[in-house]
Order: sequence, then C-alpha cells, then structure tokens
Amino acid sequence: MPEAHMPVWEVFIRARAGLAHRHAGSVHAPDAEMALQAARDTYTRRGEGLSIWVVPSAAITASDPVDKGSLFEPTADKIYRHPTFYEVPDEVGHM
Amino acid sequence: MTSITVAETPLLRAVLARADDALVHAHRLSEWVGHAPMLEEDLALGNVALDLLGQARSLYTHAAAIEGLERSEDDLAYLRDAPQFRNLLLLEQPNGDFANTIVRLFLHAAFMLPWWKAAMSSTDATLAAIAAKAEKEAAYHVRHAGEWLIRLGDGTEESHRRSTEALDRLWRFTGEMFAIDAEEEPLIEAGVIPHPAIIRPAWDATVAHVLAEATLARPRDGWMQLGGRRGTHTEALGHLLAVMQHLQRAYPGASW
Repeated sequence: MPEAHMPVWEVFIRARAGLAHRHAGSVHAPDAEMALQAARDTYTRRGEGLSIWVVPSAAITASDPVDKGSLFEPTADKIYRHPTFYEVPDEVGHM
Repeated sequence: MTSITVAETPLLRAVLARADDALVHAHRLSEWVGHAPMLEEDLALGNVALDLLGQARSLYTHAAAIEGLERSEDDLAYLRDAPQFRNLLLLEQPNGDFANTIVRLFLHAAFMLPWWKAAMSSTDATLAAIAAKAEKEAAYHVRHAGEWLIRLGDGTEESHRRSTEALDRLWRFTGEMFAIDAEEEPLIEAGVIPHPAIIRPAWDATVAHVLAEATLARPRDGWMQLGGRRGTHTEALGHLLAVMQHLQRAYPGASW
C-alpha cells in the first residue's frame, strides 16, 4: 500500500495511572482514529494499557547519529552530575 | 463421529441461536488471519474473532447447562450438522472482499450492541452476565467496522463501488435479525431476551449515521431472506462446517 495513503504512526502506551506514556512501537494507518484502533489492536492485546497516544512519525525530529560525538560525549567526564557523592542518612528511608 | 441432535426447548434454542451466531461469525473472521490487507488489520479482525469465540463459548456452556445432558461446549459446536445450526444467514455468508467483510461485521455489530445492552437486564442471570461482558466488545466492533466503512465508502471510486455492492448483496439478510419465531414470544414476555423491535431504532440510527458519513445509500428494504433460525441455511454453511468441524469429526475427542 502506498506510504502516502498509509503513513507510519508512533505508538505510546501508559500502562498504569501515574506512569508516563512509553514508546511501544509503530503502526500503519490512514489517519489518527484508525491509528488509535491499530495501536489498540496491535499493542494492548494482553492488558498492557490504560491510555494510548499516536503521533505521526513524520512529526518527530530526530538527532543525527553523525552528531553523536558533539551531543553526547561532553557529558562523559562530568561524573559530579550523578548524585552519588552524598551520604544519605538512614532516617531518610526510601527516597 | 456420529452427529448429535439437541432436543430444543424454546430457551435452549434461543441461547444456541446466539452461540451459533457468534461461532459462525468468529470462524468467518478467522479466515482472514494471514490474509488481511495489512498486518494491523490482520490483528484487528483476529481480535474481533476471539471476542466472538469467547461469547460463543460462554453461550454454549450455558446451553449445555440448560440441556442438562453433560454435553460440552465442544459437543455443541462440533457435532451438530448444518440443519441443527440456528445462526443468522448473514453471518455464514462468505467473506468476499474486505468491504464485504466489513459491511457484514458492521450490520451485525450495530444490531448486537443494543441487543446486549438490553440483555444485561435479562431475567436469565447467566445471559445477563454474558451480556455485560459482550456489550463492551460489541461497542468496539461497531466502532472499528463503522470507521472502516466510512473510509471505504468515502474513499476511492473502487472502494465506494465495492462497499455499495456489499451492502446490496447483504441487505436481504438483515431482516432476519428483526424477525421473531412464535416460540420466542413467551421468552420475550418473560424478559429473557429482548424484543427485536426495541433494537430497531438504535440499529436504524447507527446505520443512518455511518452510511451518511460514508456517502453510501441505504438499500431499499425489499424481500428479506429468512431461515437460519430454523436451520434452513444457504450452501455456504456446509462448507464452513466441513472445515471447522473436520478435526473433531476425524479424531473424536482430540485435544491439545
């Protein structure tokens, strides 16, 4: 089927109240309503979801793998950004 | 294995009729698995088929309990011959093309949604419980088939033509959904099953809404073909049962 008639949609599913929607995969569908139904039929068959978002894949702007070095490597030597240098008193319990 | 014959009371026949509707329609939809126009629809039609199969199982189990002969749901599904089946003629019709399958599903689901809603207050507690579960499933079937029909009717010239042909081909079987047998009247009066006349306004409204959106004309209510509820089927059912029942007939009691 031509891509123009059946564009790809990214599917996000929220498993439980309070959790964030997580990327589950993608579906082909002619429009938003049919994409929702395709997402329901493809990704919630085992009780995985309480809420579904679908987004046209074309609406997503992705980083270029070529930029990996300039985007992500500068953080490699900044270990002080990890909150692992603090002593947490026992009384605090679970944080 | 020898076929079984069920000595039907009006109640048993009414429950078997709805079980047969669900089973035969589920089988037809399952024929699409691996053949649907796209993977997503393959799963969607399979999901609907499994909803219907689940309804059929509950209804056959209920029928077996009413019969009281310790027969199983499988006995009722696999060991009766075509004249014993009580399903609507609409549901045994071959899949045809995708438009034909969607029109068949839409016309029946639009009837079953208000039917199950009404059956939720059945005086038969088991039927009421089955209805409470089936009603949600039917709501999705109407939504899925309805949205497809809107896109097919209001789509390309070819999809519009195929939808129109499917409506014209299947419309003659819709009258059977609203027909009542004389022996069902006491069940209706006792509040066991809904009177089809109370289902009609909801069905008419759903059909009118979707066909208008789909730019499809509602066929004229002409001569309606009946007979399924009495076991007088079209030739399509025998072929369907030959495939569906083959394994249990060839290997009685086979399980896995």
